[in-house]
Amino acid sequence: MTATIWWTIAGCAVVTAVIKGVGPVALGGREIPARMTGVITLMAPALLAALVLTSTFAVRDEWHVGAHTVGVAVGGVILVRRGPLVLAVAAAVGVTALLRALT
Amino acid sequence: MPRHPDPTGPDRTASLRAGFRAALPYAAVGFLLSMSFGIFARDAGFSAVAVVVMSAIVFAGSAQFAAVTILASGGTAGAAVAAAALMNSRFLPMGIAIGPSMPGRAPWRAAQGQAIVDASWAMANRGDGTFDRWFLFGSTAPQYVSWVAGGLLGALGGDVFGDTSRLGLDAIYPTFFLALVIAEVKDRTTLAVAVAGGLVALALVQVAPAGVPVLAASLVALWGLRRRPEEAA
Repeated sequence: MTATIWWTIAGCAVVTAVIKGVGPVALGGREIPARMTGVITLMAPALLAALVLTSTFAVRDEWHVGAHTVGVAVGGVILVRRGPLVLAVAAAVGVTALLRALT
Repeated sequence: MPRHPDPTGPDRTASLRAGFRAALPYAAVGFLLSMSFGIFARDAGFSAVAVVVMSAIVFAGSAQFAAVTILASGGTAGAAVAAAALMNSRFLPMGIAIGPSMPGRAPWRAAQGQAIVDASWAMANRGDGTFDRWFLFGSTAPQYVSWVAGGLLGALGGDVFGDTSRLGLDAIYPTFFLALVIAEVKDRTTLAVAVAGGLVALALVQVAPAGVPVLAASLVALWGLRRRPEEAA
């Protein structure tokens, strides 16, 4: 596990540095093809939503609903109603902690 | 030639300072997020040193969370790094856009590109296709410091806070990323892709090998190939 962790850290550092470094140098200032931009701009919403749903409704490889599911849902309602991020995060943490204290 | 010349002398200092001030709210939220990353990574089996090293040399929140999520579910280092690379793919068009505003030889421009993070890039955009690179450097600096400091505090969290799960700190990460998803949803296409990506991952959780569900969600982004250039947001 320790080796896996360090290989992951090294790999993440290299791919992040390469991706951030290639952009300003690539294409010599020319435009990126529009179809490629279309895919890349959709990458963030697809992956971020996958992280949100799997971390809210699953634990490891099992579907699971717990106190933090309710907390994140409360935070989500605040966000959708255009409330501030800090308030949404505080509410999510508070509701989760409260439910765990009661159970 | 860019319409705005690269700032020099006092203008350069003014840009750096303006960027620094504008980034302070993001640095504050980044501190909380990084702290929750530290706690999350410790739970996934990371040592405190590994957490701090990762935050210091990767410095990409969503990529770090994606990689550690995959390791925590039992995935391989390869799957974790692939997820991080896909998550970071957005820095490619961001870097291409800022390229003409970063003078110098290729290696020096690549080095300056390391300062690109979402909030800094967006704020350094002058809105006319040019970027103020000094504003970018000024705004990335406090975010980097708070990111590493938050990671350090989170990594030591077990000692500082006691039982962190009782405090509900594991709710920070999904809530913060939900905020990013909501910010990304600008039209029906992005909404549909976000919902589809999330459901694909969740549907695969119980049946696919660890790491695959999140990676599979990226396939939904191929929908972008269908979009016509004038529709691109």
